[in-house]
This record gives sequence, structure tokens and C-alpha cells, in this order.
Amino acid sequence: MADRDERDHTTESESAQDGKKRNGKPSKGFSRRQFIKGTGLAVSASVLASEGLLKAAAQEKTPGVSGPGPVPVRLRINGKEHVLRLEPRVTLLDALRNRLDMTGAKKVCDRASCGACTVVIDGRPVYSCTVLAIDAQGRSIGTIEGLAPEDKLHPVSQSFVDNDAQQCGFCTAGFVMAVKAHIDKHPHPTAESVRQSLNGNLCRCGTYVGIREAVLEAATKMSRKGGRV
Amino acid sequence: MRAFEYGNPSSVKQAISLLGSNWSEAAVFAGGTDLLSLMKDSIVTPGRLVNIKEIRELHGIREEKTGMVIGAATPLEDLYDHFSPRKILPALLTAIEGVSSYQMRSMGTAGGDLLQRPRCWYFRNGFGLLARNSKGQPLVPNGDNRYHAIFGNQGPAYFVSPSSLAPALVAFDASVRIEGPKGMREIKVAELFRIPRDAEEREHTIAPKEILTEIVIPASAHNTRSATYEVRERKFMDWPLATASVALRMEGRQVRQASVVLGQVAPTPWRAEAAEKALAGKTLDEATATSAGEAAVEGAHPLSKNGYKVQLVRVAVKRALLAAIA
Amino acid sequence: MADIKWPPAADRHLIGKRISRIDGPLKSSGRAKYAYDQNPPNMLYAKLVTSPYAHAKVTAIDTSAAESMPGVHGVYIFTPVGKEVNWEGQEVVAIAAETEELAEDAASRVKVEYEELPYLVADTDPQHAGEGRFRSLSEEKTGDPDQAFQQADATHEGMYSIPVITHCCMESHGSVAQWENGKLNVWLSTQNVSGVSGEYATPLNIPPANVNVQCQVMGGGFGSKFAADSWGVAAAVLSQKTSRPVKLMLERDTELLAAGCRPSMHAKVRVGAKRDGTLLAWDSESWGTGGMQGAGVPRLPYVIEIPNRRTHHTTVFTNIGPARAWRAPNHPQMCFLTMPALDDLAAKLNMDPLDFFIQNIALTGERADVYKEELLKAAEMMGWKQKWHPRGDKTPGPIKRGVGLSIHTWGGAGHASNCRCTIHPDGSVQVALGSQDLGTGTRTVIGIVAAETLGLPLEGVQVEIGDNKYPPDGASGGSTTVGGVSSSTRVASTNALNELFAKVAPSLGTTPDKLEAVGGQIRVIGDPSKSMPWKQACAKLGATPIVAMGERNSTLISSGVGGAQMAEVSVDIETGVVRMEKMVAVQDCGLVIDLKTAESQVYGACIMGTCYALHEEKIMDQQTGTCLNANMEFYKLSGLDDIGEIAVHMMTDPAIENRGVIGLGEPPVVSPGAAISNAVANAIGVRVPELPMTPNRVLEALGKGGKV
Repeated sequence: MADRDERDHTTESESAQDGKKRNGKPSKGFSRRQFIKGTGLAVSASVLASEGLLKAAAQEKTPGVSGPGPVPVRLRINGKEHVLRLEPRVTLLDALRNRLDMTGAKKVCDRASCGACTVVIDGRPVYSCTVLAIDAQGRSIGTIEGLAPEDKLHPVSQSFVDNDAQQCGFCTAGFVMAVKAHIDKHPHPTAESVRQSLNGNLCRCGTYVGIREAVLEAATKMSRKGGRV
Repeated sequence: MRAFEYGNPSSVKQAISLLGSNWSEAAVFAGGTDLLSLMKDSIVTPGRLVNIKEIRELHGIREEKTGMVIGAATPLEDLYDHFSPRKILPALLTAIEGVSSYQMRSMGTAGGDLLQRPRCWYFRNGFGLLARNSKGQPLVPNGDNRYHAIFGNQGPAYFVSPSSLAPALVAFDASVRIEGPKGMREIKVAELFRIPRDAEEREHTIAPKEILTEIVIPASAHNTRSATYEVRERKFMDWPLATASVALRMEGRQVRQASVVLGQVAPTPWRAEAAEKALAGKTLDEATATSAGEAAVEGAHPLSKNGYKVQLVRVAVKRALLAAIA
Repeated sequence: MADIKWPPAADRHLIGKRISRIDGPLKSSGRAKYAYDQNPPNMLYAKLVTSPYAHAKVTAIDTSAAESMPGVHGVYIFTPVGKEVNWEGQEVVAIAAETEELAEDAASRVKVEYEELPYLVADTDPQHAGEGRFRSLSEEKTGDPDQAFQQADATHEGMYSIPVITHCCMESHGSVAQWENGKLNVWLSTQNVSGVSGEYATPLNIPPANVNVQCQVMGGGFGSKFAADSWGVAAAVLSQKTSRPVKLMLERDTELLAAGCRPSMHAKVRVGAKRDGTLLAWDSESWGTGGMQGAGVPRLPYVIEIPNRRTHHTTVFTNIGPARAWRAPNHPQMCFLTMPALDDLAAKLNMDPLDFFIQNIALTGERADVYKEELLKAAEMMGWKQKWHPRGDKTPGPIKRGVGLSIHTWGGAGHASNCRCTIHPDGSVQVALGSQDLGTGTRTVIGIVAAETLGLPLEGVQVEIGDNKYPPDGASGGSTTVGGVSSSTRVASTNALNELFAKVAPSLGTTPDKLEAVGGQIRVIGDPSKSMPWKQACAKLGATPIVAMGERNSTLISSGVGGAQMAEVSVDIETGVVRMEKMVAVQDCGLVIDLKTAESQVYGACIMGTCYALHEEKIMDQQTGTCLNANMEFYKLSGLDDIGEIAVHMMTDPAIENRGVIGLGEPPVVSPGAAISNAVANAIGVRVPELPMTPNRVLEALGKGGKV
């Protein structure tokens, strides 16, 4: 069972290095991150492969398969339908930010590690940096833009303001969406459960003290209203 | 991320037909948290993703005569919602809770947890699964191996199996069902994992044209006392530094049979046979648990910077055993 | 006529109160637009090609394959053939294309060839660094340390290490640049709105006046965002070349590799004291690295000026990303090399470190009384006397608890600042400064000062910052912003008000010097019956608004603060896992303008400090020259549930407030590493000599590291 990807990369990088002037110095190795990302020396074999694939796809379509070129993608965001033409590789986060100018969800780690891109799909919080837009079709996508009308604040957002649960604010929308999803699922959350629900969101400025207070306050406010606002 | 085709089949059969005979042609796509990250870093570059989330029979939890069947595409959050109120199979429940990010549990699937790729930072930085430099020399022994294996690491692999659920599933003697072009096969979860012998091999025994469809937890698992203990640096979403899952068949305070399985310390879920032997027939108390922890590190082979994991295994095993009978 | 001074406490309606930040609703609703969020029509996306090597010479660049791709519009070369790259992730080429995906594809088709050169990325001591890799930066002697050590009843020798960390701003470095009709607009994520336009002038061949820089909100800087940076210039040049707006934001890995780090510091320390704890002598041999340009010189010992001391510091040159100011440059390192050594000596003397520090408090200099008060206040908040025990928690079970303390200092003062206050005939007010709000609350502070000065509610003042079209202001660094903007705003608002008083005085039958502005009224001092509502007063302006300027005023501000922090931790001695259970922070910073955002600065600093105390480090691999954790999965920061209780007390007694306004961003982030380390030592009975105190290091200190 050959792991073609890895083997190809090894070969590629080695040949790249062989072709390099060594200047009599011992090779001390290097990161191949940039090579395999293709942001380095050689044209990656897989770029060529995917280009070949592009051409092949144009010629004969496998049934049930779309892409790799742009295809129509229908997204229901905050209750409204959007039809876009996107390559399958476009993430939901990039579709929101780059195509729809919905920039509340932020790109920070871009690897499902920090939570700044959190949106809610079918009631669940997800890292939109690691959801394909094409894969979010037929689902109900909620972003922070849909939480409240332009001139109003959602109770969770208001609690963040009142408790100074934000400094630079770049992580804030992600936190607000994760809190919102949790409170929607658990109309009577406990301090403990809310805290646990935020183990997928990071803040660099250190606003956690305010966030803890904000979430408790929001939960109290919202549970009085039966949890849903 | 390189361009790729996207297939969205509604049946397992159709999905298999969309897969390729090698990994670079196509990849099974479920939660995507690991796969898309690997693709963004060009660690893998499949030409096609085959989404299996729309295949209805891959979702949900049902009881069969043989035991509990979990669809591979079932999100971890669904498992959590199923297990948590019932307080059943605590070793598995704790492992699920260990995926402490709400978002990750909502996206990640049961099958994806088993089939995610190792987090070894040399692998993730492009030095291959076996983490070698351009001359073929291994980087891990002389590199920063604080998170690497202390068992099963005599070469050529040094990474650790990252699966959260696998140690508990192996302890329960669970199986997985795998569908391929030639039909279905059922193997033990333990047999899903292997230590690759060379750069050609992956760490899973599943073939490129196969799909992991179901996890089967035998009914006998319910007759065990079980627990998982994870040593975690942070409560925030993070990889445990060492995990022990135990499942015990008890007669009163006496252990009739013990399964002790370690996670995050070897290229596969790692059965601590010496600990299992040390427990058999014994009355389980703090002293027995401590000596089982001691037995569990027999044969450990720490690298330059991960000797502390030996201690973590001792403690994880002891604490898992005591939690199981608490 | 109103004087240029702060209002007395009794007359303050806004200053010193807990007031929610005025841009809070924009942020918590996701409506705030950061540089990363700007999407002007027709925009191109740029991606970088960066060096995979820690050190290499570029020998060939071929961009033809990339340029031939449809939709690729521009190429920019940072590092031409023949030049060297000095760290992994250093920028070599940028490519601009129609979509983000296409830009990435194009970047992957740029061929760059390198000649590898020798590198050092390991954070090693000078003896092992190799020839030309280190430089002795300072050697100082004060008093007679040799003799003092002989007189000491107790001496302690220890080794202390604090690693290289990064800024890891949530919003990566970058900008959107828009070239239009010979002028450049840039939305830049910056701490220096007024100061970066000159960087664009030469490469674009335009006067700095033709560069408009905007930054209404920015996603964290912490000292790493003072410049436009090469990639900022690249975005502008690409926009000029293509006549299209260009967005160039760093990817997360490049952000962690190349956009700034905090230098490491390591020291062998010897310290001696008399039996009663009186400190006599200090000797330290220290080194550290901050990349190829070296790093700053520490002043050791920190805060506590031990009379007899010898220090020697060497900087080591490494091929890691370059150092940039990291919140309180040098101080967390100096603090960590000092306070744990003193704490270890106190333990050797069987002294409670609180008593030990107070015994030596005079060595902190002229603010010794304040330090003492802060320590005692912190002790009260922590319950120190109940919680402290001699080294090693003797209670049964694996979870040991302990407490530790540390003190710190910072300068502050105020940077150059210019404020324009406009009072319109309709009563509306604008204050405009070319400053920026990093999330510290600058915008809110400006609004509070203006509103307080004019006797208006906060909503009565519109704050305009984040644009270099406003009067030039300093870069936000070194906790100098609040001093600058609060004093210039106070002056400008006062000047404007005095002009208004002059217009209004005749109608109230008095002279301008007899007027005050309070509660939305202009009134005669001592005779509230003679008053006029604000709007009515402004209507007297006819068609001409009042426009008044104000500069930084040194009588309104001061410099030099102190703080004391205490940490309580629990340590699982079987696993080495440390939890920060509680921290208390007592801080002075002169007159606090907004108590709410000030407290947030301190909370945030305690949390940021906990990150670097327990989890955070940039991990380099000498075999490959690569950074192993240039991502947010293994570049570990604390999560919300990893943080214990935090209690903050701001010193606000009159003697402190009368000093005027002093900056606060830096000082509270200095102590947490030392305080938490001391707490761990108190809990487990041994010192974990190195940060972060991860389980492997804790177990190693306990002697359980490598045992099979």
C-alpha cells in the first residue's frame, strides 16, 4: 500500500537538494514545509497532478463528482440563500469572508485549533476554516452577522460588552458564537458547562475573566427567556 | 490547498467506486478537521475527496445482538450525548470528553478519530511519517521527541497514535467493519493499527479503496468496570501526554480479567500485557493499581526527551484502575 | 478659565469609573472591520513564497511559470538573487492573483534555488554557539561583590531559563493596499498609524503625504506591529503595479516564524545575604538570543538593587525569526532571572519570601513604600499568611499547593501626541488623534477625558482615531499611549472649552475665567443658577466651529510604576501538571482613566503571563533549522478553563493619583512567570528552573524525569 504522496515528496525534495550548489558544506537538512507547500524550490508533482486532473475533468466527468473547477454552491446563511460559484476546495470561512464579505468569522490558525472562525451549522458550533463550503450545502448556517439586526445587540454580545470580555476583539465573534450554540442547546447551562463549552476557543489578549462573567450573565438572562433569543 | 474533485455519494457502494487504488487519488472525507489541515500543509494531496457524511447508514448508534454499533460518520458530540446521560462505558465517555473542544466534537467523527494521522511535528512539517532527513536518517532520536513514542519505537516509527477513542475501544475488544470492493470485513480495532515497516506503509491497515463503516462494541463491554485516564497539560483542546484505558471483569473486588491499553505513547494503541497479568486474580486496591502501573512500563524505551512519559504511564494506569472501581 | 490639570477626585464624573469600552458593541457583534476584513472592490490576494532554510543564499528565482497562469497579476521580489535569507519563513517572493486559492497555486509554482549556509537555531550558551555567533554586550561591577559574598551568611547558586516565545497576534501581520490616482490607501494592522507612511515613500516614489494609513481596530500587536514591514510595502507596490487593491496577510506559520519573537534569557546566578535576609551580593552570567540582530541587555538584578553586584551578558546570534518588542521588552526575562533566585535564597534562609522581600524593600529605591504597600495588599488578597508554608506542601496526596510572589516595574510616561478638539455649533464634539486602539481601550480613554473636560456624557463626544489624516500621534508601545493621548486630549478639550467660555461669558454676565462645564451645562462657578445648556452655548458659535489643538502635557503625566503579584498553584507531583489556581495583582499606574479597561489590562497580563509560565515556547530543531510548532496546535496558549481565579487591585489613593496618568500595558505582564515559578517551588519543594513549566520539566525537577 504505497503512500504515494509522501514518497513523491521525498523524491522531489531530495532531487531538489541534489541539484543545489552545496559549496563544499555539509548539508544540514532543512524544513520541507515550504517545499511541500510548494512555496519553495520545485514545482510540486501534485500541483502538476491536480492540473492534469483539471484537464481530465474537463474532458470526462465522473458521475457524482464535481470540481475541481468552480461549481455552483448554494448556501443558506442566516436564513438567506446565496448561490456562489466555488471550487470544492474553498472553505466555508473563505466563502464567507472573500465572496460574501461576511467578515465576522476570523481567519487565525486556519487549522481548526483556535475557534476564531466559529459559526453554527445546524445548531452546532464548527470551525468554518475547516469546513468546505460545498459541504455546507443544505444546512442551516448561522454566523455572527445573523445574531441581531444591525442596530441591536444579541444578549450574548451585550454581556461581552458589559463585562469587558474583549480587548483586541479578534477572537470575540468566535467566542460569542460558541456561547450562543451552547446556550441554545442547554437552555439552563451551568457555569461549569459553559466553561467546558469554550475549550475550543483561544484568546491572546487574555479576556477570559470577562468572558466567564459575560457568559454567566448571558446564560442567566437567556434562561429567564427560556434559553432562546 | 490544492484543487480537488468532490464526490458526494449517498451509499457506501457508490463511495467505494469513487475511491482510488492509491492514497493520492482519493481520500475519504468525514469531519475533515484533520484531512483538510493535512491538505493545507500539502502533507497529503488527494485528487478527490469522497464525502461520506451524506450516507445515512454511517450515522447513529444502534444495538445489535453482538453489541453496540456506531456509524463511522457519527459526530463525537452525538456519542457524548448518547453516553453522557446513560453513564455507560465510562472508558469511552471519558475519552470522548477528552476531545474537549465543543467545535471539534461537533465536527469530528468516530471513524475519523480512529483514522486521523499522527501529530508528529516532523511528519506535519513535511519530513514524512517516519520523520527522516534527505539522507534517510531518522530525525526523532536526536531531535525534539518530547511528544514521541516510548513503546514500539525501535524503528522505523517514532510517532504516537493520536486516536482518543482507540485505547478504550481496544480495551473493550471492539471491532471495526470495513467495506471494500470485495465486500465487508470485520477486524479488531487493535488490528486497524500497525507500526509501519517502511516509508511505503501507512499506520492503518485500511486500504485506499476501503471505507471504515462501523465500530462494534461487544455486549460484553457492558459487564466490565472501565475507565480512561488522560494526562493533560491543558484543559483546552490538547493532546493527552499519555492515556490509559482499562476494562475489568470483576468478581467482587477481585479482577478476573483486565484489559489495559495505553494511548499517546506508541505508534499504535499499546496493550500493556504485563499490567494485565499483574492484575489477573488480584484484589484491586491502591497497591495493586500501583504495581500494575509499574508493570505497564516494562519494556519502555524512552528517547532523549520523553522519559517523563514513563512516569505518566505509571500514573495513568494506576489512576484509570482506581477510577474504574470507584 | 479652566486650568490644564486633572479634576480633583470629587469632581470626576467619568475619570476613574468603570466604563465599558465604546467600541465594544462593534467587536462583540462581529461588525468591527479589521485590516484583514477589508475587501475593496476588485481586490487581489497576495501570497508569499518564503525560505524553507534557516540560512541560505538565493541563487535563482524563476517566476515565469507562476506569471503565465491566467489570473496572476503581479510579482514582487523581496530577496533578489545573491542575497541571503537568515531564518526559515523569511519572505522571498510575493504573488498577487485574482483569488486566494489562485495566489496560493501561483506561489507554489515559483522556483527558488538556494545555496545552503551554516545555521544555528538552538538556544545554546555562548560556549557552544560557535565562532562569530555571540558577542559580549555588557560587563558591569558595582560595589565589591567578592567581599560581600564573603560576608554573606547564606549564598545560593542557581540556573534560570526563559525561552524564546512569539507574539502570536490573533490577527496576523498584514495589510490591504489600494493605489488610486497617485495616492496610496492602506488598511494596516498596526500599532503606529501616524508613523509608517514614510516607509512607503521611497519604494513607491511618492511623498509620505500621499499615503493614507487606516487602522480602526487591530487584532493584537504586543510590540510586533510598529512597521509597515517588507510585506506591507510589497502589498503597496503590487497595488501600484496592478492598479488593483491588494490584500497581503501573513499565514499563521509565517506569523509565528517571521513576525517577531521575545528573546530568550538564561543565567547562572549567585546571590548572597545576611542571616536576617539582608541582601548583600549578586553575580550573574547571562545570555540569550533574539535572532541575528541580537537582543537587549538585561539590567540585573531586577528592581531590587543589591549593593554589590557583578553582571555579564552575552547575546547569541541565531537563525530564528527576528526579535521584536514583546510587551515589556526585557522585563519578564529580567524578572524571571531575579525573583526566583531571591526566592530560592529566602528558602535557604528558612524565610517567608514576603518577609524577605519586605526586609529588602529599601533596595527598590525611591518607591519602596509603594512596593511595600502593594506587597501587603496582595498578601491580604491572597491570604498569603494562611497559605504560605515552608518549601514543599507536606499534606498527603499527589496534589500539592503553593504560593509565590514577585514584583516589577515599568516606565510609562507619554509619547508625543496631538489632539484636535472640534466643538460644532450644533453641540456635537469630535476629538481626533492619529493614534490607535490595540484593544487596550485607548479610544474609550480619549472619549472619557474629552467628555469629562467638557462636562458631557461619554456619548456626547465622537472619538476619531486610527487614521493618519488626524493630528500625528506616537506609536503605541512601552505603555506610553495613555499618557500621550490623555494629556493631549485634556489640553485640546480645555483649550476648546476656554474658547467656548469666551463666547458664552457675556450672555451669562460674567467673565470666561468664572465658568465651568458640568453635567451638560456651562455655568458660573459657585452660582449654578446662572447656567446655559451645552447646546445653547454652542449655538452662540454661529456658523464657525471651535477647533483647538492640544499636545502632550508633561504636568498631566508621570513615569515609573510598580506592582506586586502573587500566584497560587496546584501541582500534581505524579504527573507534573501545574494549574494556576489563583493570581492577585496589585498595580499602580497613577491616575486611572477607565478602571474597567485598566483592570482588563491587568487580567489579560496575568493570563498572558500564565501562558508563558506554563505552556508557551517556540521550539526549534537544530537538525533541520525548522520551527517545529509554527501553528496554534503546538504553540500552546492557555484556554479559558486553564485559568484560575484572578483578583486585581488598582492603587488609587490620592498620592498615587496626584502623579498623573501613567501607562499600564506592560508592567503587569512582567511578574507572572516569576510568581508562578515561585509558587511551584513552594508547592513541590524544588525549583523548576526553566519556563514553561510543562509536565516534563516539573517531573525532571522532581527527579522523576527519565526513570524506567
